[in-house]
Amino acid sequence: MSEAKLGVYICTDCGIGEALNVEELGNAAKARGAAVVKTHPFLCSQEGVQVIRDDINNEGVNKIVIAACSQRVNTDVFDFDPLKYVTERVNIREHVVWCQPPNTEETQTMAEDYVRLGVIRALRSECPEPKITDINRDILVVGGGVTGITAAIEASRAGSRVVLVEKEAELGGWARKMYRVTPTKPPFAELEKPSIDAKIEEVKNDANITVKTNTTIASIEGEPGMYRATLNVNGSEETVEIGAIILATGWKPYEASRLDHLGYGKFKNVVTNVEMEEIASKGKITRPSDGKEAKSVVFIQCAGQRDENHVPYCSTVCCNVSLKQAMYVRESNPDAGAYIIYKDMRTPGLYENFYKAAQDDEGIFLAKGEVLGIEETGDGSIMVEVDNQLLGKKVKIRADLVVLATGMLTSLLPEDFPVNDLTPEYVGNIVKKETQDGVIEEIEAVPTTLHLKYRQGPEMPHLKYGFPDSHFICFPYETRRTGIYAAGAVRHPMDAVQSAADAAGAVLKAIQCLELTSQGKAVHPRSGDQTFPEFRLESCTQCRRCTVECPFGVLDEDEKGTPKEHPYRCRRCGTCMGACPQRIINFKNYSIDMISSMIKTVEVPDESEEPFIVALICENDAYPALDMAGQNGIQYSPNYRFITLRCLGGTNLVWIADALSKGIDGVLLIGCKYGDDYQCHFVKGSQMASERLGKVQETLDRLMLESDRVQQVQLAINEWDKLPQILNDFSDELKELGPNPYKGF
Amino acid sequence: MADQKEILVIGGGISGITTAVEAAEAGFRATIVEKNPYLGGRVAQLFKYFPKLCPPYCGLEINFRRIKQNPKVSFYTMAEVESISGSEGDFKVTVKVRPRYVNEKCTGCRKCVEACPVERPNDFNFGLDNTKAIYLPHDLAFPAMYVIDDKVCKGRECGKCVDACKYGAIDLDMQSRTVELNVASIVTATGWNPYDATRMDNLGFGRIKNVITNMMMERLAAPNGPTKGEIKRPSDGKAVESIAFVQCAGSRDENHLPYCSAICCMASLKQATYIREKNPESKAYIFYIDLRAPGKYEDFLKRVDADENVQLIKGKVAKIEEDSDGSPVVVAEDVVNGGKIRQKVDMVVLATGMESALKNSSLLSTVKTEESGFAISDGQTGGVIPAGVASRPNDVTTSVQGATGAALKSIQCLVRR
Repeated sequence: MSEAKLGVYICTDCGIGEALNVEELGNAAKARGAAVVKTHPFLCSQEGVQVIRDDINNEGVNKIVIAACSQRVNTDVFDFDPLKYVTERVNIREHVVWCQPPNTEETQTMAEDYVRLGVIRALRSECPEPKITDINRDILVVGGGVTGITAAIEASRAGSRVVLVEKEAELGGWARKMYRVTPTKPPFAELEKPSIDAKIEEVKNDANITVKTNTTIASIEGEPGMYRATLNVNGSEETVEIGAIILATGWKPYEASRLDHLGYGKFKNVVTNVEMEEIASKGKITRPSDGKEAKSVVFIQCAGQRDENHVPYCSTVCCNVSLKQAMYVRESNPDAGAYIIYKDMRTPGLYENFYKAAQDDEGIFLAKGEVLGIEETGDGSIMVEVDNQLLGKKVKIRADLVVLATGMLTSLLPEDFPVNDLTPEYVGNIVKKETQDGVIEEIEAVPTTLHLKYRQGPEMPHLKYGFPDSHFICFPYETRRTGIYAAGAVRHPMDAVQSAADAAGAVLKAIQCLELTSQGKAVHPRSGDQTFPEFRLESCTQCRRCTVECPFGVLDEDEKGTPKEHPYRCRRCGTCMGACPQRIINFKNYSIDMISSMIKTVEVPDESEEPFIVALICENDAYPALDMAGQNGIQYSPNYRFITLRCLGGTNLVWIADALSKGIDGVLLIGCKYGDDYQCHFVKGSQMASERLGKVQETLDRLMLESDRVQQVQLAINEWDKLPQILNDFSDELKELGPNPYKGF
Repeated sequence: MADQKEILVIGGGISGITTAVEAAEAGFRATIVEKNPYLGGRVAQLFKYFPKLCPPYCGLEINFRRIKQNPKVSFYTMAEVESISGSEGDFKVTVKVRPRYVNEKCTGCRKCVEACPVERPNDFNFGLDNTKAIYLPHDLAFPAMYVIDDKVCKGRECGKCVDACKYGAIDLDMQSRTVELNVASIVTATGWNPYDATRMDNLGFGRIKNVITNMMMERLAAPNGPTKGEIKRPSDGKAVESIAFVQCAGSRDENHLPYCSAICCMASLKQATYIREKNPESKAYIFYIDLRAPGKYEDFLKRVDADENVQLIKGKVAKIEEDSDGSPVVVAEDVVNGGKIRQKVDMVVLATGMESALKNSSLLSTVKTEESGFAISDGQTGGVIPAGVASRPNDVTTSVQGATGAALKSIQCLVRR
């Protein structure tokens, strides 16, 4: 970039001109290095924007500070090429004049401070230099069941080349083992023959798709656009270069051997729903003990499911599966009866028609109830005692065959790891490790599927029950491993129809990730961001905080523990920047020095009754909440200065030292909710900030200050009505602590 | 990628937004046509999502940001598709854009609202409060632009708003316009409408003031709703201390919606937490046929069930009566314990189901549906791809999954060419 020339453009519209002394705002900007300062009565009008464009073209202005409305509005109006110009929005509308009384000294000081901070932010900011490299756009699909096969076909149809690997000798997974499938088309009442064979043929005949059966993954290293996967094909190693990965390894049944209270393993004629498919595929429904036809079959729903001792969740498909299998029984022998004992029948959406079809069959008996006991009789029959809640009495049913509706576990779970008691984040064993800080407990993750060579762990991080974590609800495909997208029952219990739909979504995300990566751009949530963190490695002390804290596993380590970058894994949240005690990680337009300089620029009143506070706020939720407070005219203390961060995860403790040693009375962090129901768009950012604050005591001790001077609050985007209270409460706490003794130094 | 053709997305709710944004970030142009004056659809009206109890606007905000910064996504609000002709790869679509009467010069200063003398029932809040004839659809509306309801506005004979606006942002002469689009594929993300609760005579909606629907409950609980988040009953404004939820109100019922709407159990469990959080003494009764909390949602069911002040009662509600003080009385059978229950409460929430917006829609000549109005996708899309609740009653995350897949399928239509 050529020499910086900074222009400040102040809009006097929307009440700004009436509430502030605009000339003084301009003077504040000039004092901090603005070469050009202009005011305009209607800056977002065509004429207003033209003023800025003229200065860019004629005056060589290349850093533009717009002191007007929120950065969330008029984005398309103040849209100057980010690779050529630095544009900084200073919000003196929502964050000043709409939430403060007009023409007071405090309001004026607040606005001037924000203009100064904007100038400093722009001066310390450079245009990004995108990293553009040739990338590989092939997609590796792991798992050749219905999800993987669908993913391969859908990717090919969109023009991608695919490598499809399957650990078994044949493609098809569970779908090929099904005798019939639940209805996929109207009227959603009749069983259908599986259609998987046609799809397998399609895959085999598709020139875009390379199928590798009898294949597992030995290791995967690299990053989006440049992954290298080492495959174990029939016992010999092969390497493939790919761009993105779809994880479609599906599910495995819960171990029925743990269900001996339901007779499994004890009585021959108690089988699982998976075994029932095998029985049905052979023809007549018979019982295993003697091959006699089963004329009475009892299905026990939620066998080990919705049960804290076994599988705490619901596997979603089992009600439909048992209805389907009850129809097998009736089809096999019109005189046979099927009994389904359930807690709740869960046949959502149009599957209700399927449920109704079963209810209309006089040979299918449905009962809400609990199984009280299960016993074998002399001839191998099973007596099932049920508390039938619909009839309000206990009944005994004699069954030739009992089918346990066992649930689905993610295939990522290692053998013998109880799904109801897993280690957090990475499934594995807790081991004790000798380190320079003494003996610590650590999770030793157990690799099962992807064998990622990522410092943080060999598989996808999970939140609960082993399912890969993603930004659940709004952004279900956004996993914590950029470029790797999970689909199908590996990530949530779902049926084949939903798995196929899920596969298409995951393929889109893989293609999209590669498209953005090829342009050096970030994927969600900072889609399009062309900046990258830069590491001044000569000052690295190998403390490993960045490699541990990055929510996306961007950084690996060399033998010494120096971070090894994989920039295309990066989502640009800046958590690494916040983690680094040496301050060696920065972005061109977002840096430790930038925020430090801003904090140092704040003009702290020497004497004031009210505490003076800097608040670091998350731009994703806290910033819009402040906008809404302004829009609703909610007034709050003028003694706060808000500094916007990409995510609280970027909070570096040096900023807190900077603020407090300057005499600022307290620092408040306002960010997204964290924990199991996290709202942080970077998954772990706000949590990392809070963990870092746990260590802030050291900094404060050095300054001999109270730890209560630094606090973090969690705020959702729609909680703007709570803001005044939050700000007042913190202010009151600081008042009790008394003024910061460094004031005036 | 050089293809000029684009993707048309009909519907700007969470599914339509998702399809458009995901396709655009993969490098393809997409245009959203939305009939409301804002994007966000049904989820914009929700206070919280289940099971995380997080605000929908958290995700919408990110999506809106993605739209704002991506020139490949464009959208029309107050717009509806009038006609579609052609076939995959080359559809001609006529879109009618209704006048907003407010142009892009609007800064959101609110002076017009202060000047406007006319009020109208606030449809965003299901008529639970009023707005002026010129109004912002809701606090976080995107685009953040005011709009005039021309059904109630007195027009130029009044013109007070025009005088109040110093930006020249109000144009009472604005006319409808027609836009012609040439697109390669069409995604129908038309979403759903709440089932008309007045059709269930026995449940008293429309007759008993304190019987409301689950969507109205969302607005009552929302801090930007008609009561600023205070859950008060409509008849007398009394703070609600006891509440009953009637599940399958119209769903799983041959006389109404034969299917299960898939979300209402979780929605009522969620809404029980709204009232429980406001008032530790409050009581909630949920009358259900089957509690449907699939997958990991089971954890949420357990969490609500663990609250002693929430009672889950298996039994279909026979009818709702009104007590002399305006309190509704729920009459139901108790399947598990036997006998009949008469439960008097301050307010009743009907868990009304979802009706496909495709039902009775003019799009039916383009979209194949089954008899309830949900689109059928049989593999051969013909360039018309359903997304979200247009294809099945679903929750938000499933709709988002489907919408992301719909983005892929619409891209396939472009790549094929």
